[in-house]
Parts: sequence; C-alpha cells; structure tokens
Amino acid sequence: MLEQLISLAWIIAKILIIVLPLLGVVAYLTMAERKVIAYMQYRVGVNRVGIRGIGQPIADAMKLIFKEIIIPKASNRYLFILAPILAMTPALVAWSVVPFDDGWVLANVNAGVLFIFAMTSIGIYGIICAGWGSNSKYAFFSAMRVAAQMVSYEIAMGFALVGVLIAAGSMNFTDIVHAQSGSVLHWYWLPLLPLFVVYWVSGLAETNRAPFDVAEGESEIVAGFHVEYSGMTFAMFFLAEYANMILISSLAVLMFLGGWLSPFQGIPLLESTFNWVPGIVWFAAKASLFLYLYLWIRATFPRYRYDQIMRLGWKVLIPVTLVWIFVVALAVQFHLPPWFA
Amino acid sequence: MINLPVLVFYSFASLLVLSSAMVIISRNPVRGALFLVLAFFASSVLWMLLEAEFLALALIFVYVGAVMTLFLFVVMMLDLDLVPSREGFVRYLPFGILVMVLFVAVMIVVVTPEHFKLGSLGAVPAHPEGYSNVKEIGEILYTQYFYPFELASILLLTAIIAAITLTFRGRQHSRSQRIDKQLAANKADRMYLVDPKESQ
Repeated sequence: MLEQLISLAWIIAKILIIVLPLLGVVAYLTMAERKVIAYMQYRVGVNRVGIRGIGQPIADAMKLIFKEIIIPKASNRYLFILAPILAMTPALVAWSVVPFDDGWVLANVNAGVLFIFAMTSIGIYGIICAGWGSNSKYAFFSAMRVAAQMVSYEIAMGFALVGVLIAAGSMNFTDIVHAQSGSVLHWYWLPLLPLFVVYWVSGLAETNRAPFDVAEGESEIVAGFHVEYSGMTFAMFFLAEYANMILISSLAVLMFLGGWLSPFQGIPLLESTFNWVPGIVWFAAKASLFLYLYLWIRATFPRYRYDQIMRLGWKVLIPVTLVWIFVVALAVQFHLPPWFA
Repeated sequence: MINLPVLVFYSFASLLVLSSAMVIISRNPVRGALFLVLAFFASSVLWMLLEAEFLALALIFVYVGAVMTLFLFVVMMLDLDLVPSREGFVRYLPFGILVMVLFVAVMIVVVTPEHFKLGSLGAVPAHPEGYSNVKEIGEILYTQYFYPFELASILLLTAIIAAITLTFRGRQHSRSQRIDKQLAANKADRMYLVDPKESQ
C-alpha cells in the first residue's frame, strides 16, 4: 500500500514538473505573440508592465482571475461550465506521452502517437459544447465552422502521422526519435517533406490559428465560440489554445526534426563541442522555431475563405498524403538508403 | 486492500451503463448525444483494461473524435420540437410494452452467456513485456481476415458514393469558382488603363 502511495506521489510530482512550466510557457507565448507581431507591423507592442513589458502576462492573468464570470440566463448552465474544462483537459493530458529528452517522459506507452491523436480529437468537444451551450448565434456559427474544419483536417493530419509510423516502424515517440538519429539529413523532414508540410498546415487548422481562424473571425462572428465567456472561463479556452499550439509544435519536432537529438550529430568537430548541451535544450529550441512560425504566419497571411479551407483540406492535403504514404511504404520495403537502410 | 484494476473496471462499467441509459432517457437530443460520447469513452477505458490499447484509442478518435462530432453537428442543427412526440404516450403505452417484452424475450433467448463463451475464457491472459496489440491486430487483419476486411472497405466506399450521389443535385444551380481559371488570370485579362485626356 505504501509503495503504491509513493509511486502515486511520484507521478503527481512529475505531472507538476510538466504542467507548471507549460503554463509558464503559455503565459509568455502570449506575450511573445504580441511582441513579435508588433515588431513585424513596425509597432513596439506591450511595454508598460515591468521592464520592457515583461510582467504583462502576469497582469493579464490577475485581471482574468478577478473578473466576474457571467453565465447568460438563456445558456445551458451545465454545458456552459463544462465546455472550458473539456477544452483544457485534453490539451494537458496529451503531454503525458511527450518525451522531452531520452527517457524524460511521464508515460512511455507503445501507442503514444495514437494517444495524442485521440486526445487532440477530443479537444473539439469543448468548442462545440461552448458554441451550443452559450445559446448565442455567433457562438453557434463558430462551433459549426470548427466542427467541420477540425473533422476535415484531422484526416489529413492522421495520414501524415501514418507516414511517420511507417517510416519509424513504431508508435512510441521515443522510438520514433531514435529512428531519426544519424544527422540532420536523417531527420524525417527530408524523406517525409510533403507529409511534414501537410502536418504543419493541418496543425494550424487544428488549433484554429491564422490563416484558418474562421472560428474567431472577428469581422464576421465577433469572437466565435467564446463570445459569451468572461474571466477565468475565457482564460481556460485561451490556455487550451496555446497549450495545443505548443503541443503541435512539439509533435512536429518529435516526428520530423529529431526531437531532442543534437543538430550537430554526425559532424566531426561540432558534435563533440556541443556534446554537453542537454537534449531538452535542443528540443525547446526546435519547438520555439515552430512557435515563432505560428506567429510569423499569423502576421503574414490573410484569413482563408471558408470554402477555400475545405478545398485545401480535402482536395489538396489528403491526396498529397495518400501519394506520399505509398512512396514511403515502397521506400521502407526496399530499404532505401540512407534513411531506411 | 483495494485492487486498482477492479476499482477502475467497476467505476467505468457503471458509468457506461448509466450513460447508456441516459442516452435513451434524456429528453434533449443534444444531451443524449453527449451521453453517447461518454458511453464510448467509458467503454474505451474498459478496452484499455484488457490491454487492447489500439482498439481503445481507435474507438476514441474514430467514434468520439469524428463520428459523434458529425452526429452532434446534425443534432444541434435540427430544431426538434419535443412536445408533439410526447403526445399519445398513454395511448401507445400497451403496444410499446408488448414490443419491448417481445424484444427482451428474443434477446434473452438468442444472446445467452454461452454465446460470449464467458465460462471458457477465464481470466485475461497476462501479456509478456514488449507485446504489441497493434502488431497482433495487424497480423490477424491482413492474413486471416484479409477478405472480410477488404470487402468491408469496398462496402464503405459504395456507401460514400451512394451518399454523394443522393445529395449531389448537379452543377447548374450552384455558382462555384473555377480554381484553375482564377490562377490563370493575369493583369492584362482583368484590367485596362484608360488615358482620360484621350477619351475626352
């Protein structure tokens, strides 16, 4: 009994070690977003709270915590309260199978990729329940848009993952990363380049980020599914969205950019010079690259029209993945060097 | 001493029974659909207990993630007026009870414990370390059950084509854009410059 309790305490400690820094990263990602987009638009961005605006996320969090939570009279009370929880939980649970370094993973399960895929597909219920439970037409329109968009892009994303599974021969993230060891050219971004692009585009669509942010389309439906939410309930949706962004970036790193592996692997002098750098630093650096890409894309592209989103998902991305899965299967079957030898 | 798997089994099994009952009982169709989601979730946990992690996760991302999302989509769009459907409840009650008794009787006769082979199965065998549920399923599916598997996929393809032909009403009423034409357009096709002095 005591052993069980001790192992339980260990697991809870590990969860805290993952979740608390994650929430910190979410807070400062919001600030990074405002700063990056500001500089891209020749503005300064947040600079009032603390030195160069460094305290802004904390001030924002305090404001949201102390704001009143308003529950509309016509809303469906249970769903209205449940929706933010349904959005937040899968976004955090999915982190349990993400390895940050060799062996640094909460649950080293065999079906890790499937687990992540299942969790990201549950996240949609938070948005649908919020949209319907609010009993507001804007929120409802947004929920309908999100439902159709996410179901469509889940297919493309799933097929992109299938390509990675075929290449690595495993659904365990640690094994997938080990299968990419060698050098930068051994990482799967090169042999699976079309799948990498498809994964990233559908990742943008899955997290409802620009240019696929029709869920929030300010000019059309005010703010979409969370238009009726205030205070902490709104903050939960916000947290879930950013946690999902970080998750999608981390998955891109694990599956296409060699996870915690050093980019100098296989280069004679540089490899030994940078041997002391822990793997989690490389992991974080690569994930930051993708997070920056999120913000860059948001500052660059205009919002897609809805029918164009659907066309891109069904008629472009899915056929590309289907063809490339076939190519990857052939390459694995015939042990194409240097990746699948 | 509490046995953790047993505890998990009983809590999720009762959750499964309860939520399945709520699917039928609840008056609001959206609430019914959400309880169905909960039922899928609970049964996926039971499969997870049997170490069938592939089936458990596939149940979640296929049924919960895709099928039920579309289902909710449709149910939310329908503006169901529930009052007329409850009219005549007493009048149809005897007939309803008769049908129910018949169904239950048939189920009791047809679906007996022997059909599930509960007695002969015994406890779930413990799997050795490194056992992969996915590999086992793949091997069986693509060897022993290859033809049924392929037939099922053809059946589904036929259903997709049938659904599309049923809803496709031809091009004449819809004004869709031609992507290739849009991409082929250039400045000279769309715009010409006029010198205001010459036109006067």
